[in-house]
Amino acid sequence: MNEEAAKIATIADSPKPEPQVAADRPLLRIDAVAKKFGGFRAVDKLSLDIRAGEFFALLGPSGCGKTTLLRMLAGFETPDEGHILLDGKDIAQVLPHQRPVNMMFQNYALFPHLSVRDNIAFGLKRAGMPRPQIATRVAEMVALVKLEGLERRRPDQLSGGQKQRVALARSLARRPQVLLLDEPLAALDKKLRESTQLELMELQRRLGMTFIIVTHDQEEAMTVASRIGVMDAGRLEQVATPRELYEAPASRWIAEFVGEVNLFEGQVQPHESHRLAVATRDAGTVFAAQPRQPVTKTNVCVAIRPEKVKLSRRGPAPDALNTPAINRMEGVVTDVGYLGGFTTYKVKLDSGAVVRSSMANTARLDLDAYSVGQRVVAWFTPDDCVVLEQ
Amino acid sequence: MSGRRIFTRPARLAAIAPYLWIALFFLVPFIFVVKISLSQTVIAQPPYVPVFDLSAGAGVIKAAFAALSLDNFKLLVTDDLYVLSYLRSLVVAAVSTSILLLIGYPIAYGMARLPQRWQSVAMMLVIVPFWTSFLIRIYAWINILQHDGLLNQILLALHLVSAPVVWLSTDSAMYLGIVYSYLPFMILPLYATLAKIEPALLEAAGDLGSSPRQAFWLVTFPLSLPGVGAGVLLCFIPIIGEFVIPDLLAGSDSLMIGQTLWLEFFTNKDWPVASAAAVVLLLVLLAPLLLYDRLQRRQLEGAQ
Repeated sequence: MNEEAAKIATIADSPKPEPQVAADRPLLRIDAVAKKFGGFRAVDKLSLDIRAGEFFALLGPSGCGKTTLLRMLAGFETPDEGHILLDGKDIAQVLPHQRPVNMMFQNYALFPHLSVRDNIAFGLKRAGMPRPQIATRVAEMVALVKLEGLERRRPDQLSGGQKQRVALARSLARRPQVLLLDEPLAALDKKLRESTQLELMELQRRLGMTFIIVTHDQEEAMTVASRIGVMDAGRLEQVATPRELYEAPASRWIAEFVGEVNLFEGQVQPHESHRLAVATRDAGTVFAAQPRQPVTKTNVCVAIRPEKVKLSRRGPAPDALNTPAINRMEGVVTDVGYLGGFTTYKVKLDSGAVVRSSMANTARLDLDAYSVGQRVVAWFTPDDCVVLEQ
Repeated sequence: MSGRRIFTRPARLAAIAPYLWIALFFLVPFIFVVKISLSQTVIAQPPYVPVFDLSAGAGVIKAAFAALSLDNFKLLVTDDLYVLSYLRSLVVAAVSTSILLLIGYPIAYGMARLPQRWQSVAMMLVIVPFWTSFLIRIYAWINILQHDGLLNQILLALHLVSAPVVWLSTDSAMYLGIVYSYLPFMILPLYATLAKIEPALLEAAGDLGSSPRQAFWLVTFPLSLPGVGAGVLLCFIPIIGEFVIPDLLAGSDSLMIGQTLWLEFFTNKDWPVASAAAVVLLLVLLAPLLLYDRLQRRQLEGAQ
């Protein structure tokens, strides 16, 4: 009885979820969690800390284990090994209906026989919240996701975007300590998805809740999340902010998975201390900034993002090109893709390798455009390169 | 433009086809039955008057119409035999349908939760008995239930009873036969609706604080109600008119309406009363059908 009352109190009274977490302790600690399906390791001894109030994204290709990990947090799967500590308590074996965690399902999983109002009230009724309080909370949630006037509708009378809002309201209604979102926007069209991403961020900031989103869409992860964990084959490849992930990928796999990238394989040459010279097969010697951690291997890979590769016409080169350490390579434009805001070029080097460059269309009149067949110089600075050990 | 016409005409005809079928094979015979129910019994062939003789001319037909009466229906209402038969039919159908639902629901639920490849196997197991003649299966039950039948032999061998128990010609035997025969009709529509329920809905219910038992009553059961309705109708309606099973397995002290009808028709050769009984039976059965139809329509309207 006491326990029940306490449960109601936490769901009913707290104006905002304010988990009592010591500053040094994460809200959620995933500790060496492993899950196998038959012989397949879906999640492989994975550890991760998530702080209160974070918007965390689990990003990865399909089958990487991100959904399995989320389902273990919700309680739909039980880890074979390891611990899941929520607010210091191990919840790995706790049943889903006894966890202070809620989930927004990929296809929303709205109850088709219940109205919008009853869908949102479902979790509150299970918690034994008194009727008047339920009514207040439902009204609050309906206003939060801007569904006023649709309370009596059934799910099949709603559009995709409205269903998505009902699902969000339903999962937020109990004020969970952690909200799990499983590909929450996958079913929406592009425009609606983008505006909903912004609303989701805004909502998370306003509520101060901890959100964990699973997505295979890197733009979505980068837009909404404050930190991203990239998963592959059941392991976390890198956990970083969106900027770090893009500008300082931890591995060649990450560099290729997140965004577009040009890669040059080669051997490290003994050279000056503040720069690294890499003798590449395709592009001669490429200079790169010395990485934070010293390179230990000789076989490395230099990565450069297309928007950091500039193109110039041959002939009088800009001043910047005169610095000896600038990376420059000559080739022929083989492909031009005009995408409105920017244009992508493919340049075939004399070695046969292809370098991709993308340049913003900053002027309306097309003075800077290159055409197929034109000979150009592709150049980039050492600071824009990332050296990755293979 | 002309292409459209070419396609619409056969399409319209196709839409009419089922109505034609019903008119030809249900409505026309039923009008005959209604006509006979309004006639009088005679010892003749056919055993009723008046008979419309279209060659006799308009005047005679007019007289024949005048000879029709509601006497048979009055008899049905006043004679205990018929009223009790109707009541017994309703009671037997209601009890059997309840037992069928209680047994069929858990089976259908279990089937729907089997791994996908085992579901078709389970479905086969439900359907396989249909491959043997219905009558032969009922006779097999007579064999099992009779005085020295398999059931009594087993009970005696296990020393659960000291003398053979009378099973045959009891209501229990009849209920057993009915439930056995109609079980697939209950299981299949239930299975069809239960298998369609998304597993994610139950996870959502769990996620929102429902124990598995609560999730069943709050989500699975309400969503399976269309299947419950279909199964109940598919069993209840034919059981009301059931004739063979009660005739072979139940005692002869009280009759279901199907048996009474058969007696009137073949033993008493009273076609008019039998026809009147059939007409009333149809009216009795129409009530649950209309109710179901209305419920379904309301559900559809609610969804729009």
